[in-house]
Amino acid sequence: MDIYLPIAGLSVNALMIVALGGVVGLLTGMIGVGGGFLTTPILIFFGIPPAVAVASSTTQITGTSISGVLAHTRRKGVDYRMGAVIIAGGILGSLAGGFLFRLLQEMGQIDTVISLLYVILLSSIGVLMAKEAATALDILKPRGEAKPQRRHNPMIAMLPMRWRFYRSGLYISPLAPLILGFLTGILTVLLGVGGGFIMVPAMIYLLGMSAQVVVGTSLLQILAVTAATTMIHATTTRSVDIVLAVLLLLGSVVGAQYGARFAQKMKPELLRMFLAIIVLAVALRMGLQLTWRPSEIYTMQLL
Amino acid sequence: MRGLRAGLLLLVAPLALGQAQPRLVPEVSHRQVEIRYSFTGAQLLLFGAILYPRGRVPEARTDVAVVLKGPMEPIVVRERQRVAGIWMNVGRARFRSAPQFYAIASSRPLRAIIDERTAAIYELGLGNLQLSPGGGIQPEELRRFEAGLIDMMRRNLLYQENPRGVEIVEDVLYQARIDIPARVPVGTYTAETFLIQRGRVIAGAVREIRIEKLGFEGFVARAAERWSFTYGIVAVATSLLLGWAASALFRRG
Repeated sequence: MDIYLPIAGLSVNALMIVALGGVVGLLTGMIGVGGGFLTTPILIFFGIPPAVAVASSTTQITGTSISGVLAHTRRKGVDYRMGAVIIAGGILGSLAGGFLFRLLQEMGQIDTVISLLYVILLSSIGVLMAKEAATALDILKPRGEAKPQRRHNPMIAMLPMRWRFYRSGLYISPLAPLILGFLTGILTVLLGVGGGFIMVPAMIYLLGMSAQVVVGTSLLQILAVTAATTMIHATTTRSVDIVLAVLLLLGSVVGAQYGARFAQKMKPELLRMFLAIIVLAVALRMGLQLTWRPSEIYTMQLL
Repeated sequence: MRGLRAGLLLLVAPLALGQAQPRLVPEVSHRQVEIRYSFTGAQLLLFGAILYPRGRVPEARTDVAVVLKGPMEPIVVRERQRVAGIWMNVGRARFRSAPQFYAIASSRPLRAIIDERTAAIYELGLGNLQLSPGGGIQPEELRRFEAGLIDMMRRNLLYQENPRGVEIVEDVLYQARIDIPARVPVGTYTAETFLIQRGRVIAGAVREIRIEKLGFEGFVARAAERWSFTYGIVAVATSLLLGWAASALFRRG
């Protein structure tokens, strides 16, 4: 069933896009990662222009994160004060990212930058996840005793102007989460990812937030920043394809629900290993695309 | 098809009397091509009649060339090169007016029916497109970019050359089929027909065709351009609504 995507300007098989959304949603539900870092590259492999893939993927993430935010709100698993600071940073970051995106587009380098960032990002995430899963599955031996993690990072403790974040159990400068939000916001605009895979570890190991509020607060940040990013893409690059986003959402919201049920029946380490392999495969494919002679040496852009 | 041809013949026969110059009566199968949700391309039939003075077909062989040309736009063409193992855009050239679609069909290969100067004047053939390059670029580099652009457009079926695409029936009726691919740009197209004899154009006629995104798809594309802020709000709201509805449904189920 072919369907015409009005902004991408081409016809795609609708069922294929829904299925892609479904698979990513399934992974989201099983493992708890957003999946934007898989959706965007796979859309690009399908021939969707990178700008449209990035912008529409952010729109889709807004929809997939809402149910998580609601669930965590009910369990009081959201630190709103911390969330507000990170979101403020995220919106500033997405504004800066939007500017950067336009600049790279005018220079004709946006496609290369998106692919390159993805290769770096996916290969490092993939390797980290594979290592962790392999250790858990007793394939790799843990390397010595892990150093006891210090709760407070000295760099962050040095920052001025401390605030109290009660739910996170922290007394730190709001500058740290602001900067963290800013950097993630830039990534959201450039790559169409929610950034949870960076935000969650950073909240735990860098900021030292208490574990109960990490996921909920991160989801709230993803919800707000992807919504802001959709607005930025809609008004500057004009590459949000609402039809594409809806097709992806149809698959992913349903997939996520089933994924959550599946997850209880499978070993989490196996799941993580599985995801690590997929992530590495996508990184490899993207890397090959960069280094192989492209099918089009010449490209055209309207002025 | 046969009935149509015969009907046209009868219809145009009286008109053909008492004229000094041959005339073309062109028509197209669609005046308007609509891009809808399942658009995967279309085929246009360009046909018509050749009216000779007093209905007499001349002895010298006449040929017909048909050109379907899309909107002219200023563009930048980029060239990828390998830099440190990675293929990236390095060079670029600007062109002030490049047709976004160009298909030419003729009854015989262009080289055999028209002299080079005439072909250049009427922009007949992919080698004769006037792209109006921007300044500051070496001629040989310019040729490379032009060739690269034309080659890329040809492979995407946005530029086409069919040297045997026009069929002439009984010297007075002609027809050509032109395929329009799915990724065709929207806008006003012109379908030009040329009657060619002894290497010269002896008659020509033009028809306009509009290619438009209509229905929901057209509305979405226009909304994204014109009311981009509202479009963004609607996109976010739709996404939130779908996500919320799904979780509500599954919680109950």
